Amino acid sequence: MPDTGYLIAAVATAVAVTWALRALPFALLAPLRSSPLVVYLRKVMPVGVMVVLTVYTLRDFDPHLPDRAWPTALALAFTVVLHLWRRNVLLSIAGGTVVHVLLASAVFG
Amino acid sequence: MVTPTDDHAGTAPSPPAPRTLRTDLRRAFEDSGSVGLGAYPMGVAFGVLVAHSGLPWWWASVFSGFIYAGSLEFLFLGLVLSTTPLASIATTAFLVNFRHVFYALSFPLHRVRGRVGKAYSTFALSDEAYAVTAGEAARSYPGRRILWLQVFIHCYWAGGATTGALLGSVIPDGVKGLDFAVTALFAVLAIDVFRTRRDIPTPLLALACALVARFVFPGQLLLAGFALFTAGLPARYLLTREERTRA
Repeated sequence: MPDTGYLIAAVATAVAVTWALRALPFALLAPLRSSPLVVYLRKVMPVGVMVVLTVYTLRDFDPHLPDRAWPTALALAFTVVLHLWRRNVLLSIAGGTVVHVLLASAVFG
Repeated sequence: MVTPTDDHAGTAPSPPAPRTLRTDLRRAFEDSGSVGLGAYPMGVAFGVLVAHSGLPWWWASVFSGFIYAGSLEFLFLGLVLSTTPLASIATTAFLVNFRHVFYALSFPLHRVRGRVGKAYSTFALSDEAYAVTAGEAARSYPGRRILWLQVFIHCYWAGGATTGALLGSVIPDGVKGLDFAVTALFAVLAIDVFRTRRDIPTPLLALACALVARFVFPGQLLLAGFALFTAGLPARYLLTREERTRA
């Protein structure tokens, strides 16, 4: 379990970076507003960042451990289908998580 | 966090009423309602995860109140539990929250008065706060209405996280796999941002970068994946520009 000093430093780091990203552009971004590369990055970055983060959360996925791999694969498929169908962020996350918990705790547990 | 919202700003032509604190408070509360429906339960989910991680419940309040950046907090929890070096936390925070840089282009900060007010307003410039002030109408809101709006959304998120952490201690330990909520969150957000542009090569490039990072740099997936992806984007930009000029 991480100690309190480390946790405080970690929170401070995340706060400093996040706040800087929110505050500094008001002063700095004005001249870059029309740069075509900045416009391009603003459009394409978000989807890629979300994909990388999704893969990151699945980093421990291992097909050789079926008791853990099946719940993850099935719950992910369920989440994606539910979201494409209902388009409701909270419903998709709650539904996917419930399916995963049921599979991991009761079916494959 | 990106939550779909109804933009009340466009539908509420304010009658010329006296600008009292009560009016500003009431309007801010009304504006915050739609995103509150998303922010509060999401906060609860985060709080439950904190409780299940074994940290004392009040860390959920500290994380959500101070960091106040939904999707980063879900990652942050995993990072601190494995005592990741601060440099990696800074890099992750930078990449996950980089999108906030672009909010400065249209957020009506010029309406907010005073150094403290402006400081809080930039600190609390979350996706939700941006979403409800992105409309043209918000550019003429009184500064106080914008500030209160941000305070309300901040309270929904931190209040939700605290509630979740307190409730989470009640959930029995036999319940496994709650952390899938983080995977579901990012998968759903990926689908939503994909829908706004339907650009297939970018998510494929990101997927390839992440998988290369997963197998070549397994300990540094996040850093390597983002580095490959952010190097790949300007390259792709140059390539497609060449195509455009040739055509």
